[in-house]
Amino acid sequence: MQITSFINIILGLLLAPLLLGIINKTKASFAGRTGQPLLQAYYDIIKQLQKGAVYSKTTSWIFRAGPVVGLSAVLVALAIVPVGGIAAPLAFSGDLLLLAYLLGVMRFFTVLAALDTGSSFEGMGASREVLFSAIAEPAFLIGLAAIARETGIMSLSHMLPAAHFFSPEVVLVVASLLVVFLCENARIPFDDPNTHLELTMIHEVMVLDHSGPDFAFILYSSALKLWVLGLVIVGLIFPSPAGSFWPAPVSTAICGLILLAIIVGIIESLMARLRLLRIPQLLVAAGSLSAFAFILILR
Amino acid sequence: MSLVLIALAIIIIGGLLALAVCKNGSLSTLLGAASTVVGCIIALIPVLQTIYYGDTTIIRLAWNMPYGSFFLKLDPLSAFFLLPIFVLSGLAAIYGREYMMAYRDKKWLGLSWFFFNLLLVSMAFVCLAHNTVLFLISWEVMALSSFFLVAFEYEKEAVRKASWIYMVASYLGTAFLLPMFLIFGSEAGSLDFDGFVQGLSSGEANICFILALVGFGTKAGIMPFHVWLPVAHPAAPSPVSAIMSGVMIKTGIYGLVRTLTFLGMPPLWWGYLLLAIGIISGVLGVLFALAQHDLKRLLAYHSVENIGIILIGLGVGMIGWSSGMPIVAALGFAGALLHVINHALFKGLLFLGAGSVFHGAHNLELDHLGGLIKKMPSTGLFFLIGSVAISGLPPLNGFVSEFVIYIASFSGAMSLNPSSSLSMIGAIAGLALIGGLAAACFTKAFGIVFLGEPRSKDAENARESSPWMTLPMMILAVACIFIGLLGAAVIQVIPPVIGVVLGNPYTGEIRIASNYLFSVTAGSAVFIIFLMAISGLRSFLLSRRSVGSSGTWDCGYAAPDARMQYTASSFAQPIIDLFQFFLRTKKNITMPDSYFLGAARFETHTTDIGRKGIYNPIFKAIGSFFGRMKVVQEGRIHIYVLYVVVTLLILLFWNMR
Repeated sequence: MQITSFINIILGLLLAPLLLGIINKTKASFAGRTGQPLLQAYYDIIKQLQKGAVYSKTTSWIFRAGPVVGLSAVLVALAIVPVGGIAAPLAFSGDLLLLAYLLGVMRFFTVLAALDTGSSFEGMGASREVLFSAIAEPAFLIGLAAIARETGIMSLSHMLPAAHFFSPEVVLVVASLLVVFLCENARIPFDDPNTHLELTMIHEVMVLDHSGPDFAFILYSSALKLWVLGLVIVGLIFPSPAGSFWPAPVSTAICGLILLAIIVGIIESLMARLRLLRIPQLLVAAGSLSAFAFILILR
Repeated sequence: MSLVLIALAIIIIGGLLALAVCKNGSLSTLLGAASTVVGCIIALIPVLQTIYYGDTTIIRLAWNMPYGSFFLKLDPLSAFFLLPIFVLSGLAAIYGREYMMAYRDKKWLGLSWFFFNLLLVSMAFVCLAHNTVLFLISWEVMALSSFFLVAFEYEKEAVRKASWIYMVASYLGTAFLLPMFLIFGSEAGSLDFDGFVQGLSSGEANICFILALVGFGTKAGIMPFHVWLPVAHPAAPSPVSAIMSGVMIKTGIYGLVRTLTFLGMPPLWWGYLLLAIGIISGVLGVLFALAQHDLKRLLAYHSVENIGIILIGLGVGMIGWSSGMPIVAALGFAGALLHVINHALFKGLLFLGAGSVFHGAHNLELDHLGGLIKKMPSTGLFFLIGSVAISGLPPLNGFVSEFVIYIASFSGAMSLNPSSSLSMIGAIAGLALIGGLAAACFTKAFGIVFLGEPRSKDAENARESSPWMTLPMMILAVACIFIGLLGAAVIQVIPPVIGVVLGNPYTGEIRIASNYLFSVTAGSAVFIIFLMAISGLRSFLLSRRSVGSSGTWDCGYAAPDARMQYTASSFAQPIIDLFQFFLRTKKNITMPDSYFLGAARFETHTTDIGRKGIYNPIFKAIGSFFGRMKVVQEGRIHIYVLYVVVTLLILLFWNMR
């Protein structure tokens, strides 16, 4: 195990909230606004960490456990994805399953915390979240199975660098994973993080009742989730040769993530949210793309 | 082996004594439960020894039945299925001591304890029997004793109907097993299982496989033969539901796997068939579970789902076996078998939890419950552990077995020929979808029952059950965590078991999986360390700050009410609408029709697809056929005399030909 892989984790811990700033800056520049500062997510997290908290009388310990479990799960996930071809500390065959299911644990407890408030709005968001993620899961795993078939490897740390981006299969998988990425991170066209109406939200509405350090944990976990899933896509697009000097592939990967954030910002500026009924169709389409990529590899 | 027989004798004697004093509720409960617990503990010693050392012991006595002997065999495969039977039954008996006492004045509890102990002994004999006659007798005793347990509250019409459906389905299943054993027996010239070994032509083998799949599949509850399961399991008392769902349906899986040992190398399509049935049972099982409003019925449908996962594992394993891919074969079977044990643990836990909810709140209707975690903290915690485990999430045991099946499917998808690897993609997609929907279903079940505000008086007045009921749940919950964290060690018991089926223990392949699981354990350990560190950080941050409490944010509405909470039905509605094609949920809506508030109603009802689409039409057709046959039953003596004469004449001419 290399020291560099731990430096990569620290980079993730430090830089993840920056991606949110980049997305918001991109959206602001499309709309001709100045927009919030690039580091706004950091300010928010720090401010929330310094506050006290208010809890609803309806809630139980589940509500308090939700953000803690979520942050712990995504921190372990951070130790599974490689940065720029450098193997992650927790790399093993089948680690992609642990990644997918850790994000599942995070979702499970976020949903329970939402239901613990007894609010209909949060129940509604929770209900949508579990449906969309259930359909996104097959798309994610089939896409990675396609890459596993192409490279003959079952570990993210080794299969992502070994994939060749310029083959049609990998392009299809990247497209499918991008859809899953947008869905899992509650971005447009699935969910609008900036909407002001509780009725239309998915992820944001589930965390309405959290405050103080709990809310800081939630903000930080969603930034880290964006980072983790972004790295899977970026790892496929910028495969880096093994053995190259450390700073080069890592800075490529981080530039890739910044580029991905800009693309997300552009998508959010150009598209409207889909109707809720259309979302499952888009996710099934992503699953079909993954399956089609797998069939192409079988040729 | 003799220890197992001693243990079973203790259990059956305890049952008979309970029967003898059946009018005395407390005494018969004491006798029934104590003998079960003692028997289970004694029996676990040889079972664990057999699994650990991988040896085989037999008892073979002469008896009056032709073509065979009184033949019992304890090999690693039997022991592997006996392990959950004894563990769960012992715990359910402790739990039942308290749970059944609530019925002390209404029922003769001795009768129920007799059938409970008989069910346990017959399940053990099903796994031990190595002779067809003995096997079928145990199989029928198992069905009958559980029938009487399902019919416990026979004064209710719905319960009578449920037990009746269960009885009919059981006999239909056995009707497929008899010809299968006849084919085996006539080919081998003996009804002992030892004689069966692999002498069939491929045509006969195919027929036997299909018969075994239908016969044993009916007991296991695979789609579309599952119709009895969602009606019978909720009708039984909770400890019995736990045993039926946790271990009794697994005897179907045991029968199927044991039959595979008689059939030898399977053709490829058997694996495809098992995989397809597994995916269908898994996905439809969890979808129907989502559509349920009753907690125990929801859990019963989840048994169909988990049997689906087990069949996916077996199917993947068989595809690997026929294609000569040892890692796919070994890990497919290993994952399926591990899931047998894991499902027994968490489903037992969940059914006991549901029973505790019923005991405390006297209601199982999801939309009438809520907020129970404050009234029943231990039940709530254990039910949560069971929910996370059944959703296949780390760091609990459900993830371990699903992970092994996933690894088998990924290995198959990476290296098999195109058509087989596409089937592996089906397995991966199926498992992923099942996992996601199971998480949806259990966030619904746990969230609506235990979280939020109470939705009815029953839920408001709920109280925690006594330690007699929470202690067995705690042991099961600890077992779920234990297997979840030590998957790498637990999977080491698998090689001798799959050695019985595949003829090769595949120790090397299992060791590879064990290494992967070790990394999973490392990840889980890091996860738990983070959990503790972050909750420590949280309490440190909040220790010096103001922590207030207020109402839930309600968008400015000033008078929220418990009835405004999201209900189980509304939570599941988007999923149910999306999968309307399979579920065919009927909605009954009465809209408020005036401009001022008036009465409104909304009702949904989901009928089982197998019952509506397959069983009802078949039974209706049979019924109408025999209805038309009634013409011959005139009821007048001379018509019957005419029948006799005509038959005699026909036989006479037949002979003269």
